[in-house]
Amino acid sequence: MAEKYLLRNIGLPDSHRIETYLAQGGYRSFARVLKEMKPAELIDLVKRSGLRGRGGAGFPAGMKWSFVPKDSYPRYLVCNADEGEPGTCKDRVLMEGDPHAVIEGVAIACYAIEAHLGFIYVRGEFTLSAERLEAAIAEAKAHGYLGQNILGSGYDLEIVVHRGAGAYICGEETALLTSLEGERGNPRLKPPFPATEGLYRKPTVINNVETLANLPLIIERGPEWYTSMGTEKSPGVKLFALSGQVKRPGVYELPLGTPLRTLIEEYGGGTLDDRPIKAIIPGGSSSPMLPASALDVTLDYEAIAAAGSMLGSGAVIVITEGTCIVSVARRLVEFYAHEDCGQCVPGREGIAWMATILERIEAGHGRESDLDLLLDICDGLSGRSLCPLGDAAVGPVRSSIKHFRDEYLAHIRTGQCVAPTVVRIA
Amino acid sequence: MPFSEAAQRELQEVVARYPDKRSAMLPALAIAQREQGYLTPEAYEWVAKALDTTPTWVASVASFYTMLRKEPVGKYLIQVCTNLSCSLVGAQPLLLYLQERLGIRVGETTPDGLFTLATVECLGSCATAPVMQVNDRYYERLTRERIDEILAELRAEAEG
Repeated sequence: MAEKYLLRNIGLPDSHRIETYLAQGGYRSFARVLKEMKPAELIDLVKRSGLRGRGGAGFPAGMKWSFVPKDSYPRYLVCNADEGEPGTCKDRVLMEGDPHAVIEGVAIACYAIEAHLGFIYVRGEFTLSAERLEAAIAEAKAHGYLGQNILGSGYDLEIVVHRGAGAYICGEETALLTSLEGERGNPRLKPPFPATEGLYRKPTVINNVETLANLPLIIERGPEWYTSMGTEKSPGVKLFALSGQVKRPGVYELPLGTPLRTLIEEYGGGTLDDRPIKAIIPGGSSSPMLPASALDVTLDYEAIAAAGSMLGSGAVIVITEGTCIVSVARRLVEFYAHEDCGQCVPGREGIAWMATILERIEAGHGRESDLDLLLDICDGLSGRSLCPLGDAAVGPVRSSIKHFRDEYLAHIRTGQCVAPTVVRIA
Repeated sequence: MPFSEAAQRELQEVVARYPDKRSAMLPALAIAQREQGYLTPEAYEWVAKALDTTPTWVASVASFYTMLRKEPVGKYLIQVCTNLSCSLVGAQPLLLYLQERLGIRVGETTPDGLFTLATVECLGSCATAPVMQVNDRYYERLTRERIDEILAELRAEAEG
């Protein structure tokens, strides 16, 4: 089993309390940064670590910080804790089990971009996460790690936990900002990018929970330590949420570049009832599904992309034989139709129509022309919707037709699922 | 029904937390919902007044978010995740089982007002599927036996 860094404190008694965190060396990185580094030096250090955004896009974190325009104040840091992409459940583990690591990460990022107010936007359903974060903020404040003139450095910082209210789209960074401003969670067109015009039209950096939780470790151990793990272009460690039909689903920490097979077989214990794998969704529900032959692909941004999918949030969903692939695609597309904000035509109409067509194929009323029609709608959506939700809905549709066209056709010709069904998808 | 003094104080607190009071919209609506069980026209007025906006605007924002309820629900709102990871490990039969045990369909409330049954999109607990949420609490790795226990616990709690 690989060494645990991000999950180092999870499982310790009272891992959410500051006493536990301090006993493990917590807040030393933030203290060191305040004492020894200028913001520009900190940004440079994180750039050298090669840390990439863990929310899904994989954009280099230090680079993102450096896009904030000079001389434009105030600036805000928003931690995206609106974890909701089906399959993804890693940030919750950190927030519930090691909230101080998240708070320290937020504090370090705030210092880097010279923000004095940071927000953590937590999805509304995560009550325990929000409570743990709020308690952690209060503890950190009482210990002098937040508030005015932190540790005598002259630096002031407040962090506010903001709870969402049930809307997947608010995980999209511009929708998150609109929601945080008290409006419907409608995404905005980019540019302008949040780094120049974000929250309250001020420069804003949005980082994922896991991205930020890496910062105390990188500062403590140095960027060279980080780049010594993973691959050249995907350095470091990553949390993988393994779910679906495996014996031991869970959130596992592995160096990037670990083979998919290791995660599923060694960590996940293999598939339920040892059924053969039918498909793997490697990076959350929006990432194109891969066939069983992809088992030896490595889990890093480049290798998964080369295999025709994306690493996304690192949420691996395993689907075994005995599951109807049409119902899998239909279920995911229904989700995106439900979560679409309704602003743009491709998103509003396209996704709803894909759901309707997939529902009729599954119900036995499909037409052979439906596959071309679905792919045509995919073309109309891909890169043409206001925000990435359109592309997200395309992922399961295009990939399932690509790898399982025969199953779709059999469904359409016989009017029913030809796969022996072990599980029914709701 | 007027809002309590405690709710009023809490509302002022959340409004003060942000550089722009409009940002307090979701927390303010959450307070109103906790007070009244669901959002009423009075709640929209109450929030609008605190945020210097109109009740119509507040209602429009509220309509975007699924956790903000516009209708009353039972004492316990049971929300069963039916998204892919939960479905792959048996959410569908568990949902049928819950309907059978409660004697209601999805979207309905038991005649005693105790339970409302609903389905919900991904709760972000995929590695501990199947999952349901009852009010604020998550129940993970569900089985039929576990569901029986949970329903018994909730009934006992309600009888207090």
